[in-house]
Amino acid sequence: MRRERLSVVANERVGPYTLLRVRRGRLDPGDPGQFFMLEAPGRLLPRPMSLCLAPPDELAFLIDAIGPGTRALCALDAGDELHVLGPLGNGFDLDVERPLLVGGGIGIAPLPFLSKRLGHHPPAVVGFRSDWHAEAAALLPNAQVCVEPTLVTELIPPGLDVLACGPEPMLAAVQVLAPAAQLAWEAPMACGYGACYGCAVEVDGRLKRLCVEGPVLRAA
Amino acid sequence: MLLNGSGCLDALAAPDVARALDAFVTKTVTPLPRDGNTPVRIAETDVGMLNSIGLANPGIDRFLTLHLPQLELLGVPLWVSVGGFETNDYAEISSRLDDYASVSAIELNVSCPNVEAPAENASQIVAAARLATRKPLWAKLSPAVPDIAEVARAAQAAGADGLSLVNTIRGLKLNERTLRPVLGPGQGGLSGPALKPIALAAVASCYAATALPIVGMGGVRSGLDALEFVAAGARHVAVGTTLFADPDAPARIRMELHTAARERGWNAYEDAYAAAHADALSLRAT
Repeated sequence: MRRERLSVVANERVGPYTLLRVRRGRLDPGDPGQFFMLEAPGRLLPRPMSLCLAPPDELAFLIDAIGPGTRALCALDAGDELHVLGPLGNGFDLDVERPLLVGGGIGIAPLPFLSKRLGHHPPAVVGFRSDWHAEAAALLPNAQVCVEPTLVTELIPPGLDVLACGPEPMLAAVQVLAPAAQLAWEAPMACGYGACYGCAVEVDGRLKRLCVEGPVLRAA
Repeated sequence: MLLNGSGCLDALAAPDVARALDAFVTKTVTPLPRDGNTPVRIAETDVGMLNSIGLANPGIDRFLTLHLPQLELLGVPLWVSVGGFETNDYAEISSRLDDYASVSAIELNVSCPNVEAPAENASQIVAAARLATRKPLWAKLSPAVPDIAEVARAAQAAGADGLSLVNTIRGLKLNERTLRPVLGPGQGGLSGPALKPIALAAVASCYAATALPIVGMGGVRSGLDALEFVAAGARHVAVGTTLFADPDAPARIRMELHTAARERGWNAYEDAYAAAHADALSLRAT
């Protein structure tokens, strides 16, 4: 667990989202599905973000500006600096035979790095609420895209090793279709390293701290 | 000494952070295991943070058999925070901790804002725990009382060896769109910078009212914040919410504390102890 002050390389628009690219410093990109705590300028608490891409010497995060912290992150300019802590938590198990990447909305964030690490452009299905949001699919090779009212769960064929990230209703639906799926969950998180007990979510009737037991959990 | 606020650090998940402290304070232990409250459990506010964790903990049995042996390996003095729902809970846990040499002190959490308040008041709890253990007893008090100095005097009379000031104070955040509470249980404990002036006032009042040593906490983000608590009358300072944003905070604050003291003409930060009271004016609320 390492915390460094990193400088912003660029902040690029991807549909309604922002791809925040920062210098890597001495931080390890970690495994796909792991996350980093990003200092949100002017806010008390950092924000958890899974790594989207790991270009040489950089870490890139896809951010949806939904509140004051993420808005502050999306407003950063090249040359600005922020503290970054990570990598944190447990990522996806890459030892799968027939991977299918499944993403919903901003849940696409960890999938480009996951696709890259799995290699050979594994198939992916991603769903969005509008064509504008679906522009983020350009970050993910070999992706089949759907837009509401079509749901991404309608595109999941049986018999594949599902690795998914998205909103809770989507993950719950994926869990029904693919009981052995690996699911990346999300919860408000103050620290990211097990200190605050804030990110507990109920999975299979048990409360789990997502930051240390997740964020990627086996469905079954 | 620099400590952590109870519930603001899991020493087993982040041992290096715990080792940077002079003593580690555990999350509150209750007689029986508790899952804690329904998510959502935390929310940021403009000047602080709300939490409603609800004393999630393994219970005293598992704490003693599974957690304490691992905590002992850290090599950091251990303070165990004790909670309960009736006076006897505190006495029973204190009695059981009495046998463990590795436990340096017991902090009695008589002030968690996220569970039903214990039926009895702080002084009864301190008195019962006093009969049950020889360990130093620190009473952690809530600032949400009309006169905290009165509670402090009662705790002292009941046998407390020190005071931990302060616990969080209850707050509410509403979702901007739905106007419903953000936190699952509704309300939560407010910590962070918003709590600092309230905590400083509590420390100053209790310093003036009792001779007890005080651990001051509430919104400590920098060495200067810590020095202010020392000046208000705290022998020791604890960091809480700041640890969430910066696990390297203990070493940084310690360094800043020495610098801040020297810049103000003190050889060591301890020399600034109670400096806010030097003119002998009582800082007690009038």
